Amino acid sequence: MPSWQWSSRRRVSPCRRLGLFLFAPEALTLLAAIVAVSILPSSLASGATGMAAPSDDQGIGVVNAAPPGGLLDSLLFYAVAGGAVVPAIGVCVTKNIVRMAVWLFVALGSVATLYFLLAASFLGAIQLIVYAGGTLVLLIFGVMLTSKSPWVRFQPRAVEVVAAIIVCTGLLVCLCLVYARTTWHSPEGVVPGTPLVQLGRRLLTAYLVPFEVAGVLLFIVMVGAAHLARQER
Amino acid sequence: MAAARGIYAIGVPVLRRFAGVILLSVLVGVAVLVWIHAVAFSFVDSVVLEGAERMGMQRPVAEFFSPSTWGLAPSQIHQLILAGGGGASALAGTLSYLLWPLQFGFVRDLIALGGILGLFNAIPIYLIWWERKVAGRIQSRLGPMRVGGWHGWSQTIADGIKLVLKEDLIPKDADKILFRAAPYFALIPVALAFVALPFGATYIFRELDVALVFILGMLGIEVVGVILAGWASNNKWSVYGAMREACQMVSYEIPMGMALLVSVICAGTLSLRRIGELQAEGWFSWLVFDNPFAFVAFVSYYIASLASCKRAPFDLPEAESELVAGFHTEYSGLRWSFFFFAEYAAMFVVSGLATVLFLGAWNSPFPASWGEGLGDAWWLRGIKGVLFSGPIWFFLKVVFLLYVQLWLRWTLPRIRLDQVLYGCVQVLLPLTMILVLGATLWVWADTSQSAFWIWFTRVWNVGLGVVGLAFAFGFVAIAAYGFYHRRRLVGNLVVDALPGA
Repeated sequence: MPSWQWSSRRRVSPCRRLGLFLFAPEALTLLAAIVAVSILPSSLASGATGMAAPSDDQGIGVVNAAPPGGLLDSLLFYAVAGGAVVPAIGVCVTKNIVRMAVWLFVALGSVATLYFLLAASFLGAIQLIVYAGGTLVLLIFGVMLTSKSPWVRFQPRAVEVVAAIIVCTGLLVCLCLVYARTTWHSPEGVVPGTPLVQLGRRLLTAYLVPFEVAGVLLFIVMVGAAHLARQER
Repeated sequence: MAAARGIYAIGVPVLRRFAGVILLSVLVGVAVLVWIHAVAFSFVDSVVLEGAERMGMQRPVAEFFSPSTWGLAPSQIHQLILAGGGGASALAGTLSYLLWPLQFGFVRDLIALGGILGLFNAIPIYLIWWERKVAGRIQSRLGPMRVGGWHGWSQTIADGIKLVLKEDLIPKDADKILFRAAPYFALIPVALAFVALPFGATYIFRELDVALVFILGMLGIEVVGVILAGWASNNKWSVYGAMREACQMVSYEIPMGMALLVSVICAGTLSLRRIGELQAEGWFSWLVFDNPFAFVAFVSYYIASLASCKRAPFDLPEAESELVAGFHTEYSGLRWSFFFFAEYAAMFVVSGLATVLFLGAWNSPFPASWGEGLGDAWWLRGIKGVLFSGPIWFFLKVVFLLYVQLWLRWTLPRIRLDQVLYGCVQVLLPLTMILVLGATLWVWADTSQSAFWIWFTRVWNVGLGVVGLAFAFGFVAIAAYGFYHRRRLVGNLVVDALPGA
């Protein structure tokens, strides 16, 4: 056997020997793109000409292209919901903080996907920008800047665990009560998504006060952060 | 083996002699292939789906491939084509089988997905080659000349094969899972950004009403991959590199988004298709010339987008020569190349955004109204698609913006990190804030529609348009001057190898 060949043949996986791993990026990208394509609401078929253009008032989001309640719809929903729950458990279980942040990233991304599935595409995109792209980066940043050892372990004390259990149980009970008391109506037929124009108009008329209050709150947070950062000097 | 030798023996001389021709014809062929698909899709829409309604059949659900909706049978399609005046019957018989799958949205999606992924892969490969050629020209040398024959056009492919064959190293103390996962966090969001990017009025893969926010979100996620790469390497230089880059990308995202907001305010929508359609009336209707705020916003967006793609003069994160390569110090082989794939694809995406939002999207500088007298035959529509609007114009503009990015990289020196952050927080951020405020006031004043205001906006529009024209013609004139006097360049090699020398 020439020296440049792998000497320990048993340890090379068949996948690697066939060079299949070369297609891993393509396969993963394709998978992600297929998921995105089946989830993103669409009014125009791909590349097609001559399809009816959506008007401003209708809004572009349609809950899903397939008839609602179809098999594919449910499958997608359960896949994405599972994709939100499993990483959430991962966040609780993992002790390595950076891995925890990655689990959180996957969970937030899945929630954004759920928003897209429910035709709230603006909310989904904002979720991606603010949480997945912004907050999470800050979180990892904080860990990096403050940690002393390379692998920060998260070790809660017993008191903290008990407090967390109490708070979470309370929240669970509340949510279950809300779930039990609400009468749920399933929509008849396809529900159009809220047009962005209406969303913006509502935000600046009916919901102006909460909007402004949230803005003021964020401003206070920013000033506070600047103050803290200055004091350290 | 013998077959491979045979292919090599026949293929290489052909490739060597006609490399440029082959490359060009592949380019043209790809364009024709895309065009044929678009034509087939619209044909299916017009003949098959509408014909089905005319014949009283239930219109098939054209979105998903499910057993309940198998669509029209090929024989029915055959009848419809014949009824629609579809030429020779033998051809129509074949066509009916070829067109049958195209009535399902799922099949269309798969075809278009193939195109998008192909583009996503081809862009970095040829952009890297082009960048090396441009660098060579600027530095009076040749750049890649050998591989593939014509100006080394397949140099990047050869590099890719080399990267694949390199040993895949993972440091012993690295966080192995995150180390493996990090390149995908950088690569996949950029690929997803292509899904919502419009290449033409009807060449949009998924048209979102929030396409702009979606693409910005995807570009923002790229940072996560970089930070994870730096962290998982368990190496101080990597972590410092990742932090430099995250600092830069996160902070430049804000002026970038705000500069885009200016043109969104002027257009009044977040849907990239609608923004593109607004700019159909030629050079002076492009949003960059709409008002002074949009003009400045275009420049500041371009600067911020350079920083968010880690391009020079903001390429601190991966200053290979001085700063130990930043976050990808520990990466080698294929994983290393993913980061560069992501970077070059992101360059295309940000240039595409600049094109759609400021530079008239897929519309040509000629007003679309000039073409209205042409008639509506299919080949006339094709001519209009080339002359007035279409993906060709989009790609031309994007390629020009990419060229400016390359050209800046080899012209400007790298700036220090504190200068980078100063430029963002103290210059670009206040500037874009003022621009957003100004654009809001401008749009608000637009509602008055007084005679003075209409005259005032007209003057600004024409003035800025003329400035833009001066830039465009100046660019062409300087390029022509340089080409005419190419013998004055330093170095015999360059002079002799320049095209046309």
